Amino acid sequence: MAAPRDSPATLLTAPAGSPVWRRKALNRVMTAIIAGAFALAMLPLLSLLFEVAKRGIPGLSIEFFTTSARGAIGGGGAAHAIVGTLVITGVAAAISVPIGIMAAIYLTEYGGRSRLRRWLTFFVDVMTGIPSIVAGLFAFALFALIFGPGVRLGVMGSVALAVLMVPIVIRSSEEVLKIVPNHLREASYALGTPKWRTIAKVVLPTAFAGLVTGVMIAVARIIGETAPLLVTTGVVDSINSNPFDGRMQNLAVYAYSEYRTPGVMKQASYDRAWAAALTLIAIVMILNVVARLIYRRYKTETR
Amino acid sequence: MDTTTNAGQLLAAASGGERRWGDRIFSNLSVAAGVTILALLAGVALFLLIEALPAVSASAERLPGGKTLVDYIAPLAFGTVLAATVAVVLAVPLAVAVALFISHIAPPRIVLALGFMVDLLAAIPSIVYGLWGIFVLGPAAVGPMEWLEAELGFIPFFQGPASATGRTMLVAGLVLTVMILPIVSAVAREVFVQTPRKLQEGALALGATRWEMIRMTVLPFGKSSIISGAMLGLGRALGETMAVTIILSVSGVVTFNLISQSNPSTIAANIALDFPESSGLAVNTLIASGLVLFAITLVTNLIARAIISRQNIQ
Repeated sequence: MAAPRDSPATLLTAPAGSPVWRRKALNRVMTAIIAGAFALAMLPLLSLLFEVAKRGIPGLSIEFFTTSARGAIGGGGAAHAIVGTLVITGVAAAISVPIGIMAAIYLTEYGGRSRLRRWLTFFVDVMTGIPSIVAGLFAFALFALIFGPGVRLGVMGSVALAVLMVPIVIRSSEEVLKIVPNHLREASYALGTPKWRTIAKVVLPTAFAGLVTGVMIAVARIIGETAPLLVTTGVVDSINSNPFDGRMQNLAVYAYSEYRTPGVMKQASYDRAWAAALTLIAIVMILNVVARLIYRRYKTETR
Repeated sequence: MDTTTNAGQLLAAASGGERRWGDRIFSNLSVAAGVTILALLAGVALFLLIEALPAVSASAERLPGGKTLVDYIAPLAFGTVLAATVAVVLAVPLAVAVALFISHIAPPRIVLALGFMVDLLAAIPSIVYGLWGIFVLGPAAVGPMEWLEAELGFIPFFQGPASATGRTMLVAGLVLTVMILPIVSAVAREVFVQTPRKLQEGALALGATRWEMIRMTVLPFGKSSIISGAMLGLGRALGETMAVTIILSVSGVVTFNLISQSNPSTIAANIALDFPESSGLAVNTLIASGLVLFAITLVTNLIARAIISRQNIQ
């Protein structure tokens, strides 16, 4: 690639060997290959969305959303998993949003050129690469040391998900805080406002839409997590809304356990697994679309 | 930036107690949040290490399968690297094409929509990929895999006998390919669009076709971003759990054969499968394997980040 003949300066002499029609033909072939590769890459997406819709709709019913699987032999619904999804994800967000946004404030407003800032920037990048199952093992190890092995709690899952969510929140918050124009800060200082009030009353409100968008996308990323919850919150049949007491289950784990240990009526279990998958995709897509709409509607004026 | 900070601090310092307290609390809170995150990451390593230690010090006959820890983890690590390598080898050319299509070929009007479609690939939960892989892609891949065995069986990868269910390393690798595609292409695309305009227009002005312009300016400019994107994708593929857990039919063998019924498991999939039913030393052993996975992905990501930051400095 880096060979000198590849540089544009020698372009005039390079194609002398190949006639113009051949170069044009190659251009067309390569364009077609690239466009074809794009189409090929989108094929799984279309197939997946189509199959999930086709196989998920039969399992959707009022019962699916309103009853739990408790005592239901080969039947029941996913209400316990929906409650579990809301509680586990909600607690994870409650842990990671304040920490994430405060850390982003540190990075953009207070960090300057300090060593902590450089370390934090670097390790946040590292954190985005932690495999989700490792985050789950961490939460398990942490709680097992305190409560002994065999412990399964909703909040353990939330801690695991928070480890995955925090770096996403920091990254997106940092981006939107960075683009808050400096003259807004300067105008506030000129009026004698202390720095902390400037951040609280000027910087954060200006960046608010971007912060909300970032949090929503981060929630969308963790709401469908399965692996870290398999090792922390376990599997359960009945509704449990207390994250500090006993097992919990989210929709993704529900889909997995319906697939893995189908009931007597195998197809009904698979239907419920697909229905849960469809519900998850719908939630994730709604979160993503709404986040983008919010951002487009209320985005930070950068001038 | 620095001047405003100074102005703010001067003003804050010049005035009375209330505002100084407010500033102190706020800045301490933000520092605390930063330190918490570093502590969290250190905690991940530390707690895994503590819970893994009993497995390291235990004798072989007390561990699951009666094997030493190294003998237990090595085949899993092999499977992990094999699945991720298959995924990266397939994903990188595809991702470069996707990135080029969006950055240089597609009409500007639809670029936003195309980008959204690629992002959607990244947003789909892994459990859904797993279900799709086992119920849709796997059965569909049985025919092609039989063809691979018949026509290319002399290559060790396609030795066969081809699986009749599609629960093979190749199918797992294909699903991982789809899952990491958005990351690799996002990193590449971000740099492709930054290719200096004067280089691109210079090439076109000298009579280059669009493909020649891409080959001579965009690809050399984006080369390191392709590598770092591939490393980030590798990191994701190494740690991906559910898709592999659901799709792969495992038997603990060590083989390069991608299309047969018996495959090596991966570290992550093995944890997801065995952890819920394990107790005692078996749990510690699984956590030890998780620590190995953590170390492998950490090194991969560090290399990727090092390449990216070097490129940013230039």
